[in-house]
Amino acid sequence: MKTALIQLPGLNRDRDMFAAIRTISGHDPITVWQTETELPDADLIIIPGGFSYGDYLRCGAIAARMPVMRAVAEKARAGVCVIGVCNGFQILLEAGLLPGALMRNASLKFVCRQVRLEVANNRTAFTSGYEAGEVINCPVAHHDGNFFAEADELARIEDNNQVVFRYAEGTNPNGSIHDIAGLVNEQGNVLGMMPHPENLIEPAHGGTDGRRLFESALGMMATA
Amino acid sequence: MINARVIVTLKNGVLDPQGKAIEGALHGLGFDGLSAARQGKVFDLALDTDDRAKAEADVAAMCEKLLANMVIENYAIELTQA
Repeated sequence: MKTALIQLPGLNRDRDMFAAIRTISGHDPITVWQTETELPDADLIIIPGGFSYGDYLRCGAIAARMPVMRAVAEKARAGVCVIGVCNGFQILLEAGLLPGALMRNASLKFVCRQVRLEVANNRTAFTSGYEAGEVINCPVAHHDGNFFAEADELARIEDNNQVVFRYAEGTNPNGSIHDIAGLVNEQGNVLGMMPHPENLIEPAHGGTDGRRLFESALGMMATA
Repeated sequence: MINARVIVTLKNGVLDPQGKAIEGALHGLGFDGLSAARQGKVFDLALDTDDRAKAEADVAAMCEKLLANMVIENYAIELTQA
């Protein structure tokens, strides 16, 4: 398995993601700078979190227009798995690779804490290692994670089972509509999520609930 | 030269928590006649053309491609001769 890790100015969770992939897979991801127009032949592409371009204009808006994102879009169309976490999720939405938008948290506050996530769909390449309906721990750290889609778009997302993670009852930290914490595209190969699974992969983190997401995506789960 | 002013606003029905906070603060200042406040963005663009139709088309493209997020926002364009 080869993993490509996208780097843009202002992203700051790339180190965490690099360490997570190294720890879980035993291989270092290939880092790819924003100006690249071609991606390495990777099986998994990851856009980590942070504050690309200082969150200017809208979170992820400027990053989404960089050359490397055209290359990511091509790979996504070809069926390669893509994960965007936090700012990476915002970038995927701004790039039009996922439906909807992320807005300022309803509380207007930056939220940094652990939440509970319900696995709403475990029949994806990213969540096959979880039980359907399983509730896991995962940290969040963001100011703009309030997911929104207009009614018809939201109905399409729900009808296609594109919601992968929901904030478990009572833990929605940002006002997201339908408690949506993460979703996939229609084809199911692009995942965006606000919580940070890369920060919960070894006991020293206080838990390992994030680990199975990467094990699933990296094809490391034993198939039943 | 043409100057363009782009005004980007949230679509109706999209929750605007910042607008709500501003509304609350204005009520706190005693502006009782206020029924709603919504926050938006303004962009001032200087264009190297005198062709109004081209300026309008270019700025519309800028809005759709970057300045506005069409999922949640609308835009309006005002052109003035510089």
